[in-house]
Amino acid sequence: MGLLDLFLSRPKGSASVAKERLQILVAHDRTERSRPSYLPRLQREILEVIRKYVEVDTNAVSVNYEQEDTREILELNIVLPETAHR
Amino acid sequence: MARIIVITSGKGGVGKTTTSAALAMGLAQKGHRTAVVDFDVGLRNLDLIMGCERRVVYDFVNVINEEANLNQALIRDRRCDSLYVLPASQTRDKQALTKEGVGKVLDELSESFDYIVCDSPAGIEHGATMAMYFADDAVVVTNPEVSSVRDSDRMLGILASKSRRAETDVEPIHEYLLLTRYSPERVANGEMLSVADVQEILSLDLLGVIPESKSVLSASNAGVPVILDTESDAGQAYGDIVARYLGEEIPQRFLDMEKKGFFSRLFRG
Repeated sequence: MGLLDLFLSRPKGSASVAKERLQILVAHDRTERSRPSYLPRLQREILEVIRKYVEVDTNAVSVNYEQEDTREILELNIVLPETAHR
Repeated sequence: MARIIVITSGKGGVGKTTTSAALAMGLAQKGHRTAVVDFDVGLRNLDLIMGCERRVVYDFVNVINEEANLNQALIRDRRCDSLYVLPASQTRDKQALTKEGVGKVLDELSESFDYIVCDSPAGIEHGATMAMYFADDAVVVTNPEVSSVRDSDRMLGILASKSRRAETDVEPIHEYLLLTRYSPERVANGEMLSVADVQEILSLDLLGVIPESKSVLSASNAGVPVILDTESDAGQAYGDIVARYLGEEIPQRFLDMEKKGFFSRLFRG
């Protein structure tokens, strides 16, 4: 066994499998986490800015965050009232 | 003003209490006035690891509820004058640790200590969040094993969002990785995640590596922080970690297998 080890390349151990699984898992966990952490504040601030110009309802602004393979999508939806002028 | 260090992990049994005891003893031995606080309400263990379990009269929750003052509850270590232990309560009421109460006790400790080491319970429940809430530094204790690494990553998320530093928008908690129960042999055989693997996954500053060692169990059997066993590899590794935490440049040790000669490799089992 010891003698063979010197000549044969070391077989791929389970540690590399662990690493691959963890990298995927941790990346996924982190996107999940990144979602709620700043979105509510972003939403509130956007609402404040819009309210400087237009009288809108609290529910008028919705912010959505999605992550695809290579890009992140931040979707912003603002519902303006019928009479948009002050 | 004391520096508050939380020893945390998410997963249980990875070495938080062993680390809390060793780090606190190490800091105290270097002359810093240090208090080590057990946040594991309901399951107190730090006093056992520190070897002062028979001297517990009042505990953390007694102080919060003003049934005792801090000086009555603090236990002075018999081996080191600048080290004090604040034991956890065995009450089953987990909500006994209120944010106001914990804040008040830590503020009072801050007046007379240089370092406060908070030994967090496992999990992400109330006791764990209280232990980390007031922290300046966090030592994330991790085993080179999938569930422990994943839980550590989750703790990093909580440290970044649910702490006093995060809420008051000051400089975030400094997070350190401490890898425990490390076996260089198994890493070399591809059976265990290496330090580099874990660092790559968690992207954290490496405070150090504690090798898997029999000395940890014998130290806890005897109620002696393992850092006092200066003959042992784990004791020396904790010694390095204390020095590194205090800013000394200490090269990492215990990462590699003991070098074997050609013949022992040739003839090993």
